[in-house]
Amino acid sequence: MDDAIDPTDTPAPENGSARPATGGGRRTSTPAVSCDGVVIRYGDTLAVDRLSFEGRAGQVVALLGPNGAGKTSTVEALEGYRPVSSGSVRVLDLDPRRDHTALVPRIGVMLQKGGVYPMLGSAQVLHLFASYYHDAEDPDHLLDLVGLSAVRRTPWRRLSGGEQQRLALALALVGKPEVLFLDEPTAGVDPEGRIAVRSIIADLADRGICVILTTHELAEAERLADRVVIIDHGRMLADGTPAALASGTADGSIRFSTEPLIDTADLATTLGAGATLEEERPGFYRLQPPPGAATPAVVATLAGWLAERDLALGDLRTGQSLEEAYLAITGSREAADPGAPGAPDGRAGRGSHGLRSRGSR
Amino acid sequence: MRPLVAQLRAEVTMIFTNGETVFLTLGIPVVFLLFFSAVHVLPTGTDHPVDFLVPGILALAIMSTAMTALGIGTGFERGYGVLKRLGSTPLGRPRLLTAKIIAVIAVELLQAVVLVAVGYALGWNPGGAGGALVAAAVLAMVLGTVAFGGIGLALAGTLKPLVNLAVVNALFVILLLLGGMLIPLGKLPGWLEGIAKVLPASALADALHGALGNGTPVSTRDWIVLVVWAVAMPVLAGLTFRWE
Repeated sequence: MDDAIDPTDTPAPENGSARPATGGGRRTSTPAVSCDGVVIRYGDTLAVDRLSFEGRAGQVVALLGPNGAGKTSTVEALEGYRPVSSGSVRVLDLDPRRDHTALVPRIGVMLQKGGVYPMLGSAQVLHLFASYYHDAEDPDHLLDLVGLSAVRRTPWRRLSGGEQQRLALALALVGKPEVLFLDEPTAGVDPEGRIAVRSIIADLADRGICVILTTHELAEAERLADRVVIIDHGRMLADGTPAALASGTADGSIRFSTEPLIDTADLATTLGAGATLEEERPGFYRLQPPPGAATPAVVATLAGWLAERDLALGDLRTGQSLEEAYLAITGSREAADPGAPGAPDGRAGRGSHGLRSRGSR
Repeated sequence: MRPLVAQLRAEVTMIFTNGETVFLTLGIPVVFLLFFSAVHVLPTGTDHPVDFLVPGILALAIMSTAMTALGIGTGFERGYGVLKRLGSTPLGRPRLLTAKIIAVIAVELLQAVVLVAVGYALGWNPGGAGGALVAAAVLAMVLGTVAFGGIGLALAGTLKPLVNLAVVNALFVILLLLGGMLIPLGKLPGWLEGIAKVLPASALADALHGALGNGTPVSTRDWIVLVVWAVAMPVLAGLTFRWE
């Protein structure tokens, strides 16, 4: 992508470097997007419950949560589709409903589903949408960017799911938005398409666009977002950078695997007073080092103890992934709220393979 | 202006690239006109059925475009989330609606040209239709367009796309049979005729039969029926339309 996607009047992220890695440093300027104590009710159902967060220019904010958590309701309130029952939503310092006409030329929207004329060809739809804006992106360039040049004449209904998502993304970009709302942008997109979508989103943020996206996939949030807002049952459970969220719930424990039924008492003694050891399932152990112990030293002692006994060291990990943090966060809430339904989205992540599949970020 | 022109072009493109719509708006009226002027099975009460058929089928054409094609198209756009998505573009509802109205009128003009041409070719003699009667016929067609458009949008804005498709098509057939377009209302049983007379289809067909057929002015009752439907249905559509 070249500078054809170049919002002319949005501020570049400060300090010149790529994206603000720390979730956008505090700035005195108004946030591009803000939710303040937002409550959304549908009849008796409370979809969003006192949700507050902000997104700044150049920032990618992921609303992460299971299906039905209130993510779409929140995004649609910001897009002006939905009134809020109480609290306030502001986008580019405008009210999404009252100032709708002033706001729509400056935002880009990708709905969770559909939103495109089914009978018109990709290029036709993109040209049509381009005509709505005073200063539109070149549709042919956009088609190229999202990799749909080969299907420029194909009507929407004959595109694959991933192609439909990418066309919807292109349509969201065609008006050169300052704020982009993407509801599940990578759902149904094949791995190659995901990589393309991720790189487009990262590039947009580099150019100072505020991207608000929803996802129920942890890996997506971890890879895409500068800031993750974890929502469940309409409430915010956590808000921070993926790294901060992961370390925030980290308890300093170390996980490793070796043979089952090792002498945990002896190992704990070797590690020093206060160390605890637990075999979570056969061959998989969770080690809580003694207070104040340095992790490298603990790992060295552990490795030495295993070596003496000629035991193999399998999986070894200190710290935790966002996935574990997510499970810890949503799990603790469920523990505190017995009425809440079970697992976040039923993802397989809590099983064996998910915990090890770290993102490359 | 540019968004409106582009939207209008898209609306017209969608109408003419959709085989069903072309069949509905041009195919059916032309085939009916050709068939029933050649095969004298309809109780038109004249030796020269084309004189009865052209005005009636013009009314049918108006109904097929303003109610059926507009209603089905809009229903699917709503079902596909297109209308919702357009809500977050600068296009705006007034321009969207304007584009749809102009597209409907453009299709109707094309229908009128084709049907009148075919009618003349079949020996249609519009009787004593003078300027005033033609003007009355055009006004009746405008009112009919508004009334049928209102019905189509009222259904499209509330029903699921497939239900809407079925209901709009069923309504098309019912109004075709009860509208006096092909079968004179006098042939209906009394109770059914009573119902038929207050429908917009029969008021429009009757107005056109008079103005473009036997040269009689449009009756006050037809005007009242047309105006009532032309006001009531768009208002109903406006009040009930759900964009998503």
